[in-house]
Amino acid sequence: MKIGTPKEVFEGERRVAMTPDSALQLQKLGYECAIETGAGEAAGFSDAAYEAAGVEILPTAAQLFKAADIIAKVREPNETEAKRLSADKTLISFFWPAQNAEMLELCKSKGASVIAMDMVPRISRAQKMDALSSMANIAGYRAVIEAGNNFGRFFTGQVTAAGKVPPAKVLIVGAGVAGLAAIGTSTSLGAMTYAFDVRPEVAEQIESMGAEFVYLDFAEETQDGAATGGYAAPSSPEFREAQLKKFRELAPEMDIVITTALIPGRDAPVLWTKDMVEMMKPGSVVVDLAAEKGGNCELTEKDQRVVSDNGVVIIGYTDFPSRMATQASTLYSTNIRHMMTDLTPEKDGQPNHNMEDDVIRGATVTHEGEITFPPPPPKVKAIAAQKPKEKAPELTPEEKRAAEVAAFKKETKTQVTLLAVGGLLLLAVGLVAPASFMQHFIVFVLSVFIGFQVIWNVSHSLHTPLMAVTNAISSIIILGALMQIGSGSFLVILLAALSVFMAGINIFGGFLVTRRMLAMFQKS
Amino acid sequence: MDFGFTTAAYVVAAILFILSLGGLSGQESAKRAVWYGIVGMALAVFATLVGPGSGLWLLSLILIAAGGAIGFVVAKRVQMTEMPQLVAAMHSLVGLAAVFVGFNAHITMNAVAGGDVSGAFADLIAHKSPVELNILRVELFLGIFIGAVTFTGSVIAYGKLAGKVSSAATKLPGGHILNASAAVISLLCLFWYFGTGGFFPLFIMTLLALFIGYHLIMGIGGADMPVVVSMLNSYSGWAAAAIGFSLGNDLLIVVGALVGSSGAILSYIMCKAMNRSFISVILGGFGGTSGPAMEVEGEQIAIDADGVATALNEADSVIIIPGYGMAVAQAQQSVSEMTRKLRAAGKEVRFAIHPVAGRLPGHMNVLLAEAKVPYDIVLEMEEINDDFPETDVVIVIGSNDIVNPAAQEDPNSPIAGMPVLECWKAKQVFVSKRGQGTGYSGIENPLFYKENTRMFYGDAKASIDSLLPMLK
Repeated sequence: MKIGTPKEVFEGERRVAMTPDSALQLQKLGYECAIETGAGEAAGFSDAAYEAAGVEILPTAAQLFKAADIIAKVREPNETEAKRLSADKTLISFFWPAQNAEMLELCKSKGASVIAMDMVPRISRAQKMDALSSMANIAGYRAVIEAGNNFGRFFTGQVTAAGKVPPAKVLIVGAGVAGLAAIGTSTSLGAMTYAFDVRPEVAEQIESMGAEFVYLDFAEETQDGAATGGYAAPSSPEFREAQLKKFRELAPEMDIVITTALIPGRDAPVLWTKDMVEMMKPGSVVVDLAAEKGGNCELTEKDQRVVSDNGVVIIGYTDFPSRMATQASTLYSTNIRHMMTDLTPEKDGQPNHNMEDDVIRGATVTHEGEITFPPPPPKVKAIAAQKPKEKAPELTPEEKRAAEVAAFKKETKTQVTLLAVGGLLLLAVGLVAPASFMQHFIVFVLSVFIGFQVIWNVSHSLHTPLMAVTNAISSIIILGALMQIGSGSFLVILLAALSVFMAGINIFGGFLVTRRMLAMFQKS
Repeated sequence: MDFGFTTAAYVVAAILFILSLGGLSGQESAKRAVWYGIVGMALAVFATLVGPGSGLWLLSLILIAAGGAIGFVVAKRVQMTEMPQLVAAMHSLVGLAAVFVGFNAHITMNAVAGGDVSGAFADLIAHKSPVELNILRVELFLGIFIGAVTFTGSVIAYGKLAGKVSSAATKLPGGHILNASAAVISLLCLFWYFGTGGFFPLFIMTLLALFIGYHLIMGIGGADMPVVVSMLNSYSGWAAAAIGFSLGNDLLIVVGALVGSSGAILSYIMCKAMNRSFISVILGGFGGTSGPAMEVEGEQIAIDADGVATALNEADSVIIIPGYGMAVAQAQQSVSEMTRKLRAAGKEVRFAIHPVAGRLPGHMNVLLAEAKVPYDIVLEMEEINDDFPETDVVIVIGSNDIVNPAAQEDPNSPIAGMPVLECWKAKQVFVSKRGQGTGYSGIENPLFYKENTRMFYGDAKASIDSLLPMLK
């Protein structure tokens, strides 16, 4: 089977769905690869690089669509492209089936199978082909860089000979993949980063990236992000009010605001209102990653950079991944490659469109002349539901002290009891036993005591040598046999001799094997 | 030589033995400590040979040399994976020797009563008062009893560890009632012997003790062997101490007590690591469950060597959890080679050892040491358990129960509360295992069904070997 990638026709789109690297990997799965000439040019991959990777270069899109059985691209197909599909062909690309019902109908009528990369379910196993996440990651990174480009100051605070520079304050609204990537980029540039999200379970992730989570003091049943496939859901009006109030508090302080709040299948919620922009200092920057869906900021204009009356720059670009075409193509082509790996379990170059598989089923929107969108809900939940955290109450110093004293008293009590019982037992034995026995008995008790003291210090890793060496020295029983061997009776001599012999084996065997083991313990 | 020299030599030997055990607190000092033990033993044997009471020293020397030669050959040849068997076999020798020496004491005692025997030990007995003689009887009776239990117990333990006897727990009909009645009859024999001093009760008791040793250990399964071996270690010490009492030899008492307490502590540590009481281990089998076990959801997902190698190449920190399966597959050399490669690539590689991993306390440490894994990256459970959440890849090689999350998550599990290695908190877990199925305890392991767990089926050695060429 042949996988082909045409040049993207959408205006300004610079990404490509196959890189020379991914082509090599696809060939390992048993596929042949082809591209339309110049497809990777805008992303920095020349035809020569593809040729070196064994990719066939075809002169026109029409020829490519004819030659390839599987067409991998980035943007959803336009009408011309869709008409080139046929029943034996598979298309893999972003598709947005909910918004593109007509296109879906057209592809169905052509009989082609369409796998929508934006429909890959959000479960752990499918993370490697989650193109939305990899694109969002780039968008988050680029948003910070774009903001920095339009911001007239340092991100990091500095104390220089020419004066003190305060660090920039960055607020990131929405801690999805893009938001987290923006947090990471912003903190590593040295800005003081704050982040907000309606899903309380991401607070931990935000803090792990080095930002401060903006807590909203609002008593509502917290929504369970796991139930909505890891995405945010619309919030109640009261919650929204509380949220906006918090943002109004923050607005005058913030130098850069990056909004990434999206709710699947809806317009982006307006979170950064006109009055907030007016409160911001001149020269501040708002980057609206939700511009495509109307924007989180009231003043956002899609694909435009606008400057508000008070000098705040508002960026509404929607093509951040395309602005980093090389990186985006590398990640996207890897997502495609992973999708192909799952489609080709036998690695024989023959896709096996297994509709029982959660991931493949979820991403497939048309198959064998049927529209298979929307898919049934996946069997596995995206993230585990947040468990209520139980915090052990902090002990006051007095309580700690009391606990220590109690523990000390308890220990003293057990020790004294043990000593008293032991002493009494010894006395009881001493009352009946003769003096000669007591002499030995004292030796015995003291030895057990020493043994306990000494053995507790033995390192766990040396327990086997400990057993071998105690084994060797327990052959001290040879002394008894040696004392008896001089006795007159033949039977005694025989038994004693046997004992000496066996103990001899033990002494030498035990010590030698211990030495051998200990010699093996080497430090790195 | 006079008596004073022997006693002085005994004191020195006792101190040397204590130092030799104390030195095992660290790997480096242990290398010196073993010499203290050797010198102590040589001194003790020498002092006894030249001291009062011994004769036929030429015969003694020849026998020691002959035994020593066998011991030498065995110690040189034994594989480190066979250590548990060797230790068990050696315990049985000590037990048998204790039985023989005890019988000798009995024979000599009766001969002295008849007045037809000479020798230092006989002289010693001849000077005893009737009360002392009675105590002597109790002592040697105990010595023989413990020695006999140790002997058959160790022989069975050896058979189980060497695979010559089925390692499953098997009991004769009647179970522990048999052991208990045998013990009760032995106690009756003690009173009988106490009263008459005849040979017959002693003989019956010996047979019963041999049976108890056999039956007790037959009823204990393979994974409980660390406890059994350390328990037998302890018994061999107590037997020596009891014989020391009957012979009036302080050095025997000191060493017996040291060995006995050492074995007792080891047994205690092992039981604690399994969250089980000593009694329940000895009685065999796992305790009853208090309710139905938690249902395990999901499926075991397999992975091939390619996938494991990729994950290892991408990881920064790796923890390896070896178990008895690694010893069975003789995979320690391959594991060591893998460790060397990963460390050469700048990754942090560590080993996590559960106290009861393997069939002998500290078994895994010795195997890894033999394969030249440096001991400072081999860590105990308490040292490493908190580090799993920051670890990229965990490889579980041939262990099962010691990584079972059910111990923490399922209060109805038979192993609930047992301390386990929390490897499932790591980002990815690979389990090298021969096939599906439960471990020794027969408990389903939810770890294998976790989302971040991948099963790497196959023989441990072959699996690791197939990884090696793919590691950068």
